[in-house]
Amino acid sequence: MEFLASGVQIFESTLRVSTPLLFAALGGLLSERSGVVNIALEGMMLIGGFGAAAVALSTQSPVAGAFGAIFCGALFAILYGLFVIELKADQIVAGTAFNMLAAGVTPFLMKVFYDSSTSTPSLPLELRFQQGPVWISWVCLGLVWAWLKYTPSGLWVRIAGEHPEALDSAGIRVKRVRWISVILSGCLAGLGGASLSIFLASSFSRNMTAGRGFMALAALIFGKWKPVPTAIACLLFGFFDALQIRLQGVVLWGSEPVPVQFIQVLPYLVTVLVLAGVVGQSKAPRSLGVPFQAN
Amino acid sequence: MKTNSWLKWASQMLLFSLIAVVTQIAFVQDSVAAQNQKMKIALVLDKGGKDDKSFNSAAYQGVMRVKREMNSFVKYVEATDDNAFEALLRAFSQKKTFDLVISIGVSQVDSVKKVAALFPDQKFAIVDGIVDAPNVRSLVFQEHEGSFLVGAIAGLTASPDSSGLIKVGFIGGMDIPLIRRFELGFAAGAEAEAKRNHHRIKVISNYIGITADSWNNPAKAKELAMAQYDSGVQVIFSAAGASNSGLFDAAEEKKKFAIGVDSNQDWVKPGRILTSMVKRVDEAVFQTCKDVSEAKFKGGAVHYGLADQGVDYTLDEYNRSLLTPAVVARVEEIKKEIISGKLQVPDYYKKRK
Repeated sequence: MEFLASGVQIFESTLRVSTPLLFAALGGLLSERSGVVNIALEGMMLIGGFGAAAVALSTQSPVAGAFGAIFCGALFAILYGLFVIELKADQIVAGTAFNMLAAGVTPFLMKVFYDSSTSTPSLPLELRFQQGPVWISWVCLGLVWAWLKYTPSGLWVRIAGEHPEALDSAGIRVKRVRWISVILSGCLAGLGGASLSIFLASSFSRNMTAGRGFMALAALIFGKWKPVPTAIACLLFGFFDALQIRLQGVVLWGSEPVPVQFIQVLPYLVTVLVLAGVVGQSKAPRSLGVPFQAN
Repeated sequence: MKTNSWLKWASQMLLFSLIAVVTQIAFVQDSVAAQNQKMKIALVLDKGGKDDKSFNSAAYQGVMRVKREMNSFVKYVEATDDNAFEALLRAFSQKKTFDLVISIGVSQVDSVKKVAALFPDQKFAIVDGIVDAPNVRSLVFQEHEGSFLVGAIAGLTASPDSSGLIKVGFIGGMDIPLIRRFELGFAAGAEAEAKRNHHRIKVISNYIGITADSWNNPAKAKELAMAQYDSGVQVIFSAAGASNSGLFDAAEEKKKFAIGVDSNQDWVKPGRILTSMVKRVDEAVFQTCKDVSEAKFKGGAVHYGLADQGVDYTLDEYNRSLLTPAVVARVEEIKKEIISGKLQVPDYYKKRK
């Protein structure tokens, strides 16, 4: 009975922990399927997380906070799109720069708005989400999956990442498709940040993503840039994170508990093993990272 | 053509916002560079930053008191990563105008050691670590004693389940000896009191991580706390800097108790925080500055313990209703026993030797 109860807790914990990952990975998926590398996910999450906390605080509504995250994420993505789509900057370099920008801008804004360099004022229980983001993330997964698979515009996104020339000769503007994908990517990653700041925690604090944007990117590659496998990858990472929490201090053999350091390496170890071994070849969209130049 | 004008507009906007940022920073610097102030103090804070409501906040408050009461010039910086410490300490030392450079946190020990040797005329103070140099004063606290007290409070407050078992929990930030010292003291206090009342007790302890990110990961702290509360833990003591807010959120949602650390955190979630294990970093910093201003500064290690109220538990209007008079009486008794030496609290630092 106790075993069953802890199973349920691990399941719930897995869903919670993987929510920000799933949002961010879906965001990354849209951008990358359209041919734009997005390693700025981490930065988009930070901006979204800050926007969510700030808007939820000022409007006293978590729902408004979520929309604030979408708005801020989109704004950041527009800036990113300006550099990588219009100005054709190197997408890896620009992505890294945007991550740094977000890591610097958010504490600065906190200082300006709240005179605090560590975190935004904490939100009371009724201004935080209890379960909502978990469900919304899975709804988003369904929407992204259906959009890419069954709609003409979803097809354009996929072709923009594979054969942009073909899309161009069919009279569809490749840049416009990529712009929309990147902006949606920012919205989703922003929601990922929001689920950290107004769902899993009660305020935005400096660098609170702690590498989750990159975990999402790994999930995306592990999921071969396909929505459902990517979601499964996020769940797997979330599961190991939840398991890791419960394995700490547990005596598996002998008299000494397993060292914390070893337990905490688990999620990353699994990532490496899975990426290297189980998945097999993971093929990126053919024109990923190649700016489009109309003739 | 259309795109071009738009681009021009965008780049101008970017430039303007950059200028705004730069002038803002310059303004902040100028406003504090007032003249005719007696003493100049530099404060290098750890990653948690001045508003972590905990360890760094205590140090910041101490320095602000110096600024108010001794009319001093104070300059503080927050290191954003571990590699910044040495550069910041060097920058302050090279100016040769600061009377005292204060380093906050055990992660600065190596940097202070190095920079203090390079600038023998510069006075330094470091909190939480020991640097053996004539120009460095090390301010260290008997964390195990204070932790023992809050452990006793946890052991006295938690009620046993149907099988007579009490469960209390500990959440550490980064897994380092300093935090292990908190854990050991806390567990010893809780166990001693449970045994005294003939209850069996289990102390569950978790660590957020093994990197400095652990001080700033409230989401992880909350997950750890939820897992502990779900397994029947009633009181959790957390020594995790800015991550502590995650524990308090979990305590609020699960309607269980938490114990704060370093600063008095009872006010953060009134009714859910049993007490806080305070470390009077503010007092230690203030005393050191005072010694500098009176030309009484000496190097060496200064220990702050229960006897001089360097560490203590808190009792104020936010938690008075949570602690019964019997609990308070017992804790005061334990406190006296520790101060008189009748009761020895296990110390992780000594255990390792």
